[in-house]
Amino acid sequence: MLPFLRLPAFYESFLYLVFHWIVLATSWNILCGYSGYFSFGHGAFFGAGVYTTAVLAGTFDVPFLWTLPAAGAVAALLGLGLGAVVFRVRHVRGELFALLTLATTFVLATIVLNTPIDGGPGVYLSGVAVPKLAPTPSGTFYMMALVLMIGTVTIAYGIARSRLGVGLFAIHDDEDAAEVMGVPTYGYKLAAFGISCALAGVAGGIQALFVSYVTASGTFNITVPLTVVLMSVLGGTRFWAGPAIGATVITVLLYATTAADQAIVGKAVVGLVLVAAILVMPEGILGRVFARRRRGGPPDRARRSHATTQSAQQAALHSTSRPVTHPAQDAIAPSLPQSLRIDDSDAPAPRSERPVLLSVRGVAKSFKGVRALAGVDLDVREGEILGVIGPNGSGKSTLINVLSGHYHADTGSARFAGIDLLGLPAHRIARAGVARTYQVPRPFAHLTVRDNVALAAMFGGTALDRRHAAEAASHWLDFTALASHADAYPGDLNLHQAKFLELARGLAARPRLLMLDEVLSGLTPAEIDGAVDLIRRIRAQGTTIVLVEHVMRVVTALAERLVVLDQGRVLAEGPTMEVMSRSDVAAAYLGAPRA
Amino acid sequence: MSLPSGALLAQSALSGVFIGSMYGLLGMGLGLAWGLLHIINLAHFALAFLAAYLCYQLAGAGGVDPLATLALIVPLFFALGVAVQWLLSRFRVSPLNSLLATFGLMAIVEAAIQYFWTADFRKLESVYSGQKMRLGGLFVPVPELLTLALALLLGFGAWAAMRYTNLGRALRALAEDAPMAAAFGVNRRAHALLLSGACGALAGIAGVCLALSFTLTPSQMYAWVGVVFAAVMLGGLGSPLGPLAAGIIIGVSEAVTMAFLSPSWAPIVSFSLLIALLLLRPGRA
Repeated sequence: MLPFLRLPAFYESFLYLVFHWIVLATSWNILCGYSGYFSFGHGAFFGAGVYTTAVLAGTFDVPFLWTLPAAGAVAALLGLGLGAVVFRVRHVRGELFALLTLATTFVLATIVLNTPIDGGPGVYLSGVAVPKLAPTPSGTFYMMALVLMIGTVTIAYGIARSRLGVGLFAIHDDEDAAEVMGVPTYGYKLAAFGISCALAGVAGGIQALFVSYVTASGTFNITVPLTVVLMSVLGGTRFWAGPAIGATVITVLLYATTAADQAIVGKAVVGLVLVAAILVMPEGILGRVFARRRRGGPPDRARRSHATTQSAQQAALHSTSRPVTHPAQDAIAPSLPQSLRIDDSDAPAPRSERPVLLSVRGVAKSFKGVRALAGVDLDVREGEILGVIGPNGSGKSTLINVLSGHYHADTGSARFAGIDLLGLPAHRIARAGVARTYQVPRPFAHLTVRDNVALAAMFGGTALDRRHAAEAASHWLDFTALASHADAYPGDLNLHQAKFLELARGLAARPRLLMLDEVLSGLTPAEIDGAVDLIRRIRAQGTTIVLVEHVMRVVTALAERLVVLDQGRVLAEGPTMEVMSRSDVAAAYLGAPRA
Repeated sequence: MSLPSGALLAQSALSGVFIGSMYGLLGMGLGLAWGLLHIINLAHFALAFLAAYLCYQLAGAGGVDPLATLALIVPLFFALGVAVQWLLSRFRVSPLNSLLATFGLMAIVEAAIQYFWTADFRKLESVYSGQKMRLGGLFVPVPELLTLALALLLGFGAWAAMRYTNLGRALRALAEDAPMAAAFGVNRRAHALLLSGACGALAGIAGVCLALSFTLTPSQMYAWVGVVFAAVMLGGLGSPLGPLAAGIIIGVSEAVTMAFLSPSWAPIVSFSLLIALLLLRPGRA
């Protein structure tokens, strides 16, 4: 369209630049904005594309259009190679990842400069024929950039709406929790990185011909990496359109002041805009726009929903026929009031006949000299509520972390439904039907309550698609009396609601085994009663529960069997009342009695 | 690849030590701000170059001894450092956003430098410029020796202050757990501003050393970013002497590489070291 209007070449070239930066910023954002892994190495992959085209077209006379897929492929391979190594290393995140990718740019630049790829004098493409896609060369570049830009933005949009996107956003908020919920974090990050690098490579290939003389220092400087970050942050990194908006604003600003003395002023103005934007709008332009829209609703809704939540919980409390447990003292007396006796009449099968669901043998885990687990053996039987208790530091949370894949055990095995859980990546453990809650709730802060639960349904053992996951989320939110908060963000919930959100997330994947890590800590007695009731209803559906707890009255009320951990080992194991009355268990908690 | 003579190697290593001390001096302020204030201050480089240009102006056109310009530059850049920190803490900027915001500041300062001094190469001709001393068979250029001396002095001074004074302890406590330190009576804002001012002053001193030894042009400030970050990460955030030691290691390995291969291979040493370190060192920073 535009080239055929025969406008001065300036407009076509200017729009080429705008599209060029939109492609670079959007492609960067696909990995870095969505997942939070800020890379300062985008220039390396861009440069790889530039030099692939330069060498193929300039030196080997390959027709220009054929070099573009090659440029994309080389950049993608480079990115995948780097990512395959770096994403395996757990602690390289945040600023460390940014620096590592920055270093990559300089290493690549040095290699290009010192080998026959460039060798020093640069590569000339003035002899390369510009394809005739439009009446003029500048028109051709405009068309190529337009096509690439449309393709890139479409890909970014598509990813944002897909499972890959949901997973990336979860990784952004809490990568470890996402992995435990079933998101294949390593694979998703690699996929996003590969796509991002490929697009940057193709943009580089086109740019090589546009500038027609390519040098290492001109290509591999710090401008590209930092500018794409700036553009994306300015527009809003969580949005597929954010980088495009930021790129347009910055490019227009920069080139509006290109004339003579004003170039310096232009640079200063861009710097000023960046500083102001970061300070005042850290969430970006689109972030600000959408936040304002959201803030219109919630304050009234929050007040109204609080009232309905309370009444809903009252209803939930009284929905069962079982009397609310009576707050007892710590006394482990042989004769207990009726309300405290174990009642497993709602369990699927009589105790002695239940098959073993999880068989843990010899699990050990040390953290640099601290032996958290020193060889744990236990069995979890199907349909039971197994209580795991022990003094602080005995290894209860570590055991859950190891069984859910959060940590890797040093030795031992954990056979669950025929497979060994230890050594599997956490997302496979989640797919197998094991779920856990966190003692300190770890919801995904930028996803709504409903999306938090839906994510577990999408990536856990059930692996539903988006629509069915949303329906499942609604069901579980009703089950945990959080339905009125479905569109709120986790930051708006109080501790009690956050804990129930943890439970809803754990349940959404319909696990066979649910491990609850001190889910009652921090709750008031009334809230505890509600939670106990909920746990009973969960078991009634057929889920086996491992309950790590400190609140004794709850443990005695809920668990039929107890395992006592002390200093990383199983100290006692058996029916609850029996274990509770043993003197060595009391000694582990309270110390040896004085003679 | 021809094998260089012993004398050439020794001279290379020595020049590596000198350039390394420059990396360390630049890295000192950057690393302290990053480790103790959790601000990644790219503007540190811009401030250093601004100081270099000021020194060039005063010592070149004004005929003043470059070291005497420190009397003006240190307080001025202390104030600039305080100003930057005030701005960043007023908006409660996260570490990553501080990187972006200070990049913006860097662009503004670069534009300002280019406006006043143009992009032409500027070299300060001072009383120290061409002077060399002889140490056995080796040549020791005086400007670089001054840089090394200043770097060692400041490094050990900062280390001693951090270790033995109450101020140093307060800063370390703030870095580790600011709310708790505040609960124990440490004035968070005042200490942050003070430290940032000190880092600004360090940038100023580094700038004077830059003016003494190097030819200046505004875009050069970006060339130091990568290798100084490498020195800071290798040496440890929040440590005054770490970046200095790391910088010297990087400088010497670069110089020796240059002696064996061609000079343009030098950057690969520091950045490969940085990459390897980031991957292999368990959970640093």
